Amino acid sequence: MGGNHTRDTRRGLSFHLLAAFFGLFVLFLYGPIATILVLSFQGPDGGLTFPMNGVSTHWFRNLFEQQAVGDFGGSFRRSIALGLAVMVLTVVFSLLAGFAFRRRFAGSGALFYLAVASLIVPSILVSLGIGLLFNILGLEPTWYGSALGAHLTWTLPFGLLIVFAIFNRFNPAYEEAARDLGAGPWQTVRHVVLPILLPSLIGVGLFGFTLSYDEFARTLMTAGSFNTLPLEIYGMTTNVTTPVLYALGSLTTLFSFTVIGLFLLGLVGLRRRRLRRAATAG
Amino acid sequence: MTMTAAPPEPSRVSASVRGGGKVRAPLLRRAAPYLQAAPLALTLLVFLLVPILTIVAVSFWDYDSIRIYPDFVLTNYVELLTSPVTWKTYLNTLKFAALTWAITLSIGFTVAYFLAFHVRSTTWQMVLFLVCTIPFWTSNIIRMISWIPFLGRNGLLNSGLISAGIIDQPLEFLLFSDFSVVLAFVHLYALFMVVPIFNSMMRIDRALVEAARDGGASGMQVLREVILPLSKPGIAIGSIFVVTLVMGDFITVRLMSGGQSASIGLMIANEISLLQYPAAAANAVVLLAVVLIMVVAMLRVVDIRKEL
Repeated sequence: MGGNHTRDTRRGLSFHLLAAFFGLFVLFLYGPIATILVLSFQGPDGGLTFPMNGVSTHWFRNLFEQQAVGDFGGSFRRSIALGLAVMVLTVVFSLLAGFAFRRRFAGSGALFYLAVASLIVPSILVSLGIGLLFNILGLEPTWYGSALGAHLTWTLPFGLLIVFAIFNRFNPAYEEAARDLGAGPWQTVRHVVLPILLPSLIGVGLFGFTLSYDEFARTLMTAGSFNTLPLEIYGMTTNVTTPVLYALGSLTTLFSFTVIGLFLLGLVGLRRRRLRRAATAG
Repeated sequence: MTMTAAPPEPSRVSASVRGGGKVRAPLLRRAAPYLQAAPLALTLLVFLLVPILTIVAVSFWDYDSIRIYPDFVLTNYVELLTSPVTWKTYLNTLKFAALTWAITLSIGFTVAYFLAFHVRSTTWQMVLFLVCTIPFWTSNIIRMISWIPFLGRNGLLNSGLISAGIIDQPLEFLLFSDFSVVLAFVHLYALFMVVPIFNSMMRIDRALVEAARDGGASGMQVLREVILPLSKPGIAIGSIFVVTLVMGDFITVRLMSGGQSASIGLMIANEISLLQYPAAAANAVVLLAVVLIMVVAMLRVVDIRKEL
């Protein structure tokens, strides 16, 4: 008993030290964002740093009024459209590839390594390569064409790895049971496999949308004549020296948080509904 | 949502099974994996492999101030590799990579260890893990900018230190310096260490830890002799992410050093903006080779496919 007791208090100390470290890490992650959130409410005469010179929503209004800041609205809409397209394609392509990799096929090893290479190749190379390719072929780079492809080279490997992880833990007995009960292959996929995969596919979608929405390096040479939001923000960092930059930062971060929140709510809701259904069925 | 319409291939297979009889089914069954893998393979071929081959080809092209033209010259490589600037820049980039790697590894390991072995409820584990991952899904550029009011000459840190009487002149090295570059790298990429190491740690059989304790190992010994070796795959994967991200970066170095520091990625970006595409391409090929060598070295520690 005595030995157990000392062991517990010792563990208690290391627990508290580690918890404090973790707390500092979270502060490190979120602290800076919190500062620009506060500073975006800077008064009309306020600058880029503290102290606050009054409190106002001046810079948010400024963001929407002043067209000199750039095409904020248009770039925001383009980034959302691009993010949604990347999300859908990432989910569909990686799910399909996940099915393919469950069986052996010629070139599966090469394809896997190509996908891993896609994570490792520096973003600027993807940007440069696609830019050069389009240039040589005489094609006009566009945000919905070349930039879409460039984003997919970043989101697809993540999607594929997540789908791999699910299939590795997937118990084929469920499919066999469905087949034994007379389900066709499509019915098995539709009513057995997809529902089991659904939560992870929501995760793949989250990766697809958010990584595309925030992607800068891969968009740089591939977006063509219209900017996406990260390109617009980057442009602002070099020539805007007012808190309007923070207002934009706060808004887009808030938007990201909302999107992440919606995905997580979707996951929680799905789990609740299933638990309820399981309870009523049992 | 989008998922219900997802796999057309299996449906095609089933339709043929029902409609076309037994002869065509095996063929489609065999073709199915190829059809299913085709979208991924095509995307990666068109937007990754062909562009990289294009870079390799263009790295041998010639150029003047107006345009680039097909040729086979080695001048781009010769100029790149004989310039002392290149070597200095590589050294600087490697310095950033090494510092960021060491710091993110220490932070990542500690955070993952806390989450995996000290947080006991699974719900809390999930919640705290999410708290760590959420910033990963927000804008990197905004996360960099957000350091400015903190580190600047009149920033929070300087005014805090001055009013506390620790310093009487603002510290100049905080922003637009190598310090702020590494700080931003750690801020952006620590997560890439936390997640794979946490994943490895969650797979460690708790009975091993118990056995080591029962055998008389102290907490430190358990950590060093059991947990650390078994976390190696996660450490390797995290290291690959962090090192490749830092090696190819240009935006963090440009924004956080205020143009005072250089990296290979930034050098390439500058050559691109000057339309010196063949020079940028040669630089990119060398960078890719360096990154690949580093990755292969790290992969010796781990078989990624087993880690999923």
